[in-house]
Parts: sequence; structure tokens; C-alpha cells
Amino acid sequence: MGLMDMTALALAKKIRAGEVSAPEAARAALDQIKKLEGAVHAYVTVDEEGALKRAAEVQKKIEAGKLTGPLAGVPAAIKDNMCTKDLPTTCSSRILENFVPTYTAQAVQNLEAAGVVVLGKTNMDEFAMGSTTETSAYGVTRNPWNPEHVPGGSSGGSCAAVAANECSFALGSDTGGSIRQPSSFCGVTGIKPTYGTVSRYGLIAYGSSLDQIGPVAKDVSDCAAILEVIASYDEKDSTSIRREDCDFTAALKDDVKGMKIGIPRDYFGSGLDKEVKQAVLAAAEILREKGAEVEEFDLSLVEYAIPAYYTIASAEASSNLSRFDGIKYGYRAKEYEGLHQMYKKSRSEGFGAEVKRRIMLGSFVLSSGYYDAYYLKALRTKALIKQAFDRAFAKYDVILGPAAPATAPRLGESLSDPLQMYLGDIYTISANLAGIPGICVPCGKDGKGLPVGLQLLGDCFQEKKILRAAYSFECSRTYEAPALAGKAVE
Amino acid sequence: MANIISDETIEYVGILAKLELSAEEKEQAKADMGRMLDYIDKLNELDTAGIEPMSHVFPVQNVFREDVVTNGDDREAILKNAPEEKDGAFVVPRTVE
Repeated sequence: MGLMDMTALALAKKIRAGEVSAPEAARAALDQIKKLEGAVHAYVTVDEEGALKRAAEVQKKIEAGKLTGPLAGVPAAIKDNMCTKDLPTTCSSRILENFVPTYTAQAVQNLEAAGVVVLGKTNMDEFAMGSTTETSAYGVTRNPWNPEHVPGGSSGGSCAAVAANECSFALGSDTGGSIRQPSSFCGVTGIKPTYGTVSRYGLIAYGSSLDQIGPVAKDVSDCAAILEVIASYDEKDSTSIRREDCDFTAALKDDVKGMKIGIPRDYFGSGLDKEVKQAVLAAAEILREKGAEVEEFDLSLVEYAIPAYYTIASAEASSNLSRFDGIKYGYRAKEYEGLHQMYKKSRSEGFGAEVKRRIMLGSFVLSSGYYDAYYLKALRTKALIKQAFDRAFAKYDVILGPAAPATAPRLGESLSDPLQMYLGDIYTISANLAGIPGICVPCGKDGKGLPVGLQLLGDCFQEKKILRAAYSFECSRTYEAPALAGKAVE
Repeated sequence: MANIISDETIEYVGILAKLELSAEEKEQAKADMGRMLDYIDKLNELDTAGIEPMSHVFPVQNVFREDVVTNGDDREAILKNAPEEKDGAFVVPRTVE
């Protein structure tokens, strides 16, 4: 087994045991990147020199006994919307083409303090707006399972990099499903934690009330261990939550006896692909056989989540992205007359079509005369959706369903019809509105050989319940990497 | 309930959004926004009378911390990202004649 075939925890164990060094692990990842980037294009920036330098420093600390954690020495990739000091951070947008942050996002700082070696920055939909990674200004990322298909999005680069063994694990961010949906499409495991669990300091904001950073990895154990490291209370993020229950790996038990699992009938209606439905229900059956009490119920309001989400997220985006003005950082138009035209031209030339579409919509729903009818209506709907989840979690420990209505679409099929693309977020989006955690684990493949993801949702602060259910399910199968990744560098 | 977005509305939203759209982009924006708003109008099916708008899922408000400087002087590094800088300041087009 090659170093990049291993889970992050298994690789770190070998490094701690002195069988492999951190620079050797980083080198193996960089070799795999060189070999596969032409076919996958998961990265926007690969920092070979910096990664090897950091790996050597980490190795010294491991040998000196200063780094003993479960992830020390492991090479990882970071979604390009998280600031990394001295390493370009573009959000896959032209407007940030030359931006080099002066500080590192708190979640990445936590990883580095634990001895994780950052390899580079992964491709994404521009400003995380999209579901396919095709809105990136730096070219599309291809699905390692089939390069004619998208990896999903917006954390498509992170998920493709993990699937292709181009890193041991990655960080993504999830505003409406941007970790869970590409995890589903790429056959990897990803968690969106409870809102406020991971600091958003240094995460370039899209929809601040919905954004949350989370891990993408080969299995549930890796995800739990990574989340344990990145979760922290941070006074630099005013929405950060002080939690005492971040020992997520304690939940990794193959035991779901008596666990109450609800399957929302609303998630299995028209619009759900037959093969996805079969694979997800088969996973539910496995959990039932293991002793969980599985039953169907009506979650309600599911069809209102998407319109509420796009109103709220666009409104927040229009406000958050007003900082890109061509003055302090980023792109400035070459020719303009006066300050206002400079703003307008810089932004119009710097932002891509999907970003402009959402800024326009957001500006409209916040404008005087429409604010109550659209924005406040969406916030009231959000309150109703939260209540629907509260009712569900009074009865169930975990809600089980698909992560996406279908497997990965072909490249170029989605962008022509934005509304149709938005509808693909139907199963993931309500978790962000309600602030609850969700995990996506691979549960099979369709007839085309593309992965299907199982989504498990828990109540706020109940990551451990979904981790335990996901881990128990995972114990019934073995991780499968795409054939392309299998040609790993030994 | 078809939402018809007028030229005036697109102009106005363009000013709010600080975006300068080409004629073609404006037509596209009118169609896209009208279609999205038609879809968002689905929310009107819901009776939300008496429901408080929820901006944040947890009851967090007024998060204070001591006003202490913790960062160093990153002025040079920060200015390096500016499209134009001079004498330790950001350069902007003349705003006052």
C-alpha cells in the first residue's frame, strides 16, 4: 500500500513510529499531484517548496517529542477560500488573483499547530457559489471517478484531491452543501459541523450565517480526528461557540443498537434518482440490521428551503462581497473615470457571472421596498424550518437520506440553467439554515460507476450521534478509491 | 405572478451592487432575476404571521471582548496587496475636486 492510499490516521501512525518521515509523506503527495493534476486539476496553488520546508520542521518536532498528536506529519490540502499567510488565496476568482494573505485562518492554524503539512490550495466554485466547481476562474476540476463528470461543488477541488490521493485529507467549507455534495460525488467522507464549531476567522465570507468549515477525508475516523483539531472557540469570530464536547473520536463505536433513525419521506419523492434511492435505502437497512430503529416520517417544508436559502445567501453575499472594491487588495480595472466607475469596472471585470448574479439578487432582496417581502420572509421561513428539525430531533437521533438527488453530472451540463443547478442542493441546504451538523459517507455506486453518498443529519451539537451512525455503517464496507488514484506512487 | 424586472430596476440594482453590466448582461440579469424571484415567491404559500425572522440559529448577541491590540504592525505586508499605494497609504482616484 502506497503512502497516499492510507488514511490520514494510518499515515500519521507510521510517521510517529519512525517508519516514514513527514518529508517523505509530503514528497509522496507532491509526486501524486504531479502525476494526476493534468487529469484532475484539483489545485489552484501547489506550494511544493513551502510544503517540503514545513514537513522538515514538523519532522524535527516529532523527533523531539514536541508533536505527538494523531495527525502530525500528514500532508493536507486547503480550500482556496481560507487565508494562508504568504500563500496566494484566490477564492477561485480573478478579483483575488494576486492576493497574498498576511495571516492564516484559525482552522488552518489549528491544523499547523497539530503538525499537519499544508500542500496547497484547492479549486472551488468562485467564492463558493456553485455546485460543480465549474464557476472557478481557473478552470474546471474533473471527477477522479470519471473525468467527463464534475466533482461537485463548491469544495470540488478538496474532494477530488482526497479521492485522487493528492493529499491525505482536505478542508472544505459548506454554506449550502458545499462539503457534503462534492463528497457524495467523489466517494469520500465530509462533515459540516454545527454552526459556530469551527472558527470562520480567515474564511473569506460568502453567507456568514451559513458558512462552516469542515473536514474531507477517506473515512469517518479521519474526519472525527480532524474535526477534533479544527474545532475551537475563537473570540475573533463573534459567532464562535464554546463547546466542551469536542472529543469527537470518542463517538467512533460500531454500535447503533437502539439508535432512532428517521427517514424523511419528503426526501424520497420525485426528482430522486432511482439508483441513488436504492443505495441510500440499502444503507438504512444495514443500520437497521445492526440494531437501529429506522422509520419514515414527514419532515415538511423541504421545498421551501431552496428559495429561502438563495434569498438569505445572496443577501449576505451582496453585503460580504462589497469589500472587493479595487482599493485594499485584489483586481483594479485599468481604465476608469473617477472613484465610482473604478469600483464598478473593477468589480464587473473581476467577478464571474454566477457571483454577479447572486450579488444582483442579494442587492435586490435587501433593497428598500423589497426587504420585508423577500429577505424577512426568508428569515421567517428559516425559523419555521428550524422548528421542523426541532420536532424531528425530539423523536430521532439521526435523520438519514441522500446527499444529492443524483450522481455527478457531466461537465458543462449544469451552468446553462442556474435554477436547475440550485435544485440539486435540496437535501443539503436545510442543514445550513438550521445550523445543524451533517455528514456524507459513500454508500455505493450507480450503473455508470459514479459514487453515491449517504447523508446523516443530527441536531445541533450532536456530531457524535451522526459520527457513530456513519462509523457503524462504514464498518460494513471497505473504502474504494477511483481507479485513477490507485496508480499511486509507491 | 411572473416577476417582470424593468430596465429601471436593473439599473437601480446595478448601482446598489456597484456593478456595470453590458447590454447583454443586463438582459440576462433581467431574465435570471425574474425567474429566481418567481421561484422565491413560493415562500408566499407559507403563513409566517407571528413568526420572528431568524437571522441567527443560536441566541447569540452582543459578543464583547476587551479592546486590546493583539496583532503586530503588518502595514507593509498589507499594502503589498494594494493595486496602488504611496507613502504608506492606499491610492484612490481623486474624489474631491
